[in-house]
Amino acid sequence: MTILLDPTAERDPAQRPRLPRPERLDGLTIGILDIAKARGDVFLKRLGERLGERGIAVRHYAKPTNTRPAPVALAQQIATEVDLVVEGLSD
Amino acid sequence: MSALPEDGLVAVVKRDCPTCVMTAPVLGELARRAGVVVYTQDDPGFPETVPQRIDDTGLEASHRLHIEIVPTLIRVEAGREVDRTYGWDRAEWERVAGMAGLGADLPVSRPGCGAKNVEPGTIERLKIRFNETGLKARRIEIGADEDEYEAMVARGWSDGLPLVPPTEERVLRMLDGTSRDPQEVIGAIPPALAPATVEKIAINAVMAGCKPEYLPVVLAAVEAVLDDSFAMHGVLATTMFVGPVLVVNGPIRRRIGMNAKGNALGQGNRANAAIGRALQLVIRNIGGGRPQEVDRATLGNPGKYTYCFAEDEEGSSWEPLSVERGVAPGRSAVTVFAGFGLQGVVDQKSRDPESLSRSMAESLKAIHNVKLAPACDALLVVCPEHHRTFREAGWSKARLYEELYRLCEIPGDEIIAGARGIAEGGPASLAGSTLNKFRPGGLLIVRAGGEAGMFSGIIGGWSAGGPRGSLPVTREVRN
Repeated sequence: MTILLDPTAERDPAQRPRLPRPERLDGLTIGILDIAKARGDVFLKRLGERLGERGIAVRHYAKPTNTRPAPVALAQQIATEVDLVVEGLSD
Repeated sequence: MSALPEDGLVAVVKRDCPTCVMTAPVLGELARRAGVVVYTQDDPGFPETVPQRIDDTGLEASHRLHIEIVPTLIRVEAGREVDRTYGWDRAEWERVAGMAGLGADLPVSRPGCGAKNVEPGTIERLKIRFNETGLKARRIEIGADEDEYEAMVARGWSDGLPLVPPTEERVLRMLDGTSRDPQEVIGAIPPALAPATVEKIAINAVMAGCKPEYLPVVLAAVEAVLDDSFAMHGVLATTMFVGPVLVVNGPIRRRIGMNAKGNALGQGNRANAAIGRALQLVIRNIGGGRPQEVDRATLGNPGKYTYCFAEDEEGSSWEPLSVERGVAPGRSAVTVFAGFGLQGVVDQKSRDPESLSRSMAESLKAIHNVKLAPACDALLVVCPEHHRTFREAGWSKARLYEELYRLCEIPGDEIIAGARGIAEGGPASLAGSTLNKFRPGGLLIVRAGGEAGMFSGIIGGWSAGGPRGSLPVTREVRN
């Protein structure tokens, strides 16, 4: 572990806060990322259907393998196409 | 835990020190006659003459005893140090040990060696370990699996280029570059008006790549931009191109190896690059001044990464910028100018000062827009070959200022809106009048650059140059 000295005025928390949750999903596009874990596709497909029933735009993505980070091109594609992402992290 | 016995003698030595090796028999004699506790900094087997050796290769006892030179001999009474000597001096050792006839076959005296606990790098590590750094900044833990370079960028600390990680060791070493108190507040950094301590500035100087000896220049630059007349908030917030341009004068230029010669305004010199960058990081990190936030620059300019160079004073017939601005000759100073970019003055044919000054004036009149006057302040960087033309003709810097102002008078008819088919320009009422491209005092001249090339340069300023906007500010460099 490395310890660094904060170069800022220390007006923000030391730990970066998570992005705030959206107050509502209306008008947002939701990405659904299947990381290729077993049966994740089943769960995520159903989730996409339920969101679609509420009139929410959904885009589906899939990682080639769960054993490696998402390819940069896929991560960049998702970042430019959707407002938030749901992914299944484990089976 | 105390490193001292209740009563008796303590010595600190290292095998790597010839004087320690020479005094080993004396330490053995002390051990036999009175007892002595010997701390060994490098080799726990040394000195073989003493049975009661303590391994101090971790240097904790040496640090607690504030050892600077080995050998050091200390007398302790009732758990407190009452006397000490260092190096070898027979009379001193006899006094501290309270016994005569020590080391009769040794020379009368011999200097000791530097102790390991005060070696650069080690002293910082020991201070951190014993929580003696006095550093107040918040500690940010970077996880073992995290890339610290990526972590710094992710936290928003970077200008876009990699940063040197500001570890406690590096910041402590940086602070060695100044005698100023690390907690001294230099001023409030816009736009957040957050207080900048010497320590906070040192952290940013580390990240920028500064060496400790650059820190006094960085501190002077921060002081200069915080002078109200420089209007740092406005210089940051403007949609125009400008950022602080630093000109360094005086002996510190050569002491820290700044470049005033070939490519002085370009890349490749660590001091030039890091000092200018440190100032920008101070504005960004302490002041919170970031592009597309309070920094509203439309285009900005590459000098907002760093824009810092030294004036070439050697061989100049002109007084340095700092002297012209009231700093005593021989003193080091930083002048800050709200400027941007570089516009070349290419003139390879003028061999007399009249022609060359006309050439420069015509180029100066083009800054911002040929239709604007007064337009902005400007910093004219005269290259050595152009300077030679003025020097050989006996033109002082004052004479060049005078001629350039005279040549920068522009007929109002040429700059009224619509004239020359350009909508930009002044009101029709200017017809028949004369305007100067520069406000009085709005033109600065320095000398810098390589020996070859008839290429001077103009650093343009801010349209809000002058008392209602930004004035150049000069600050002496203090150690």
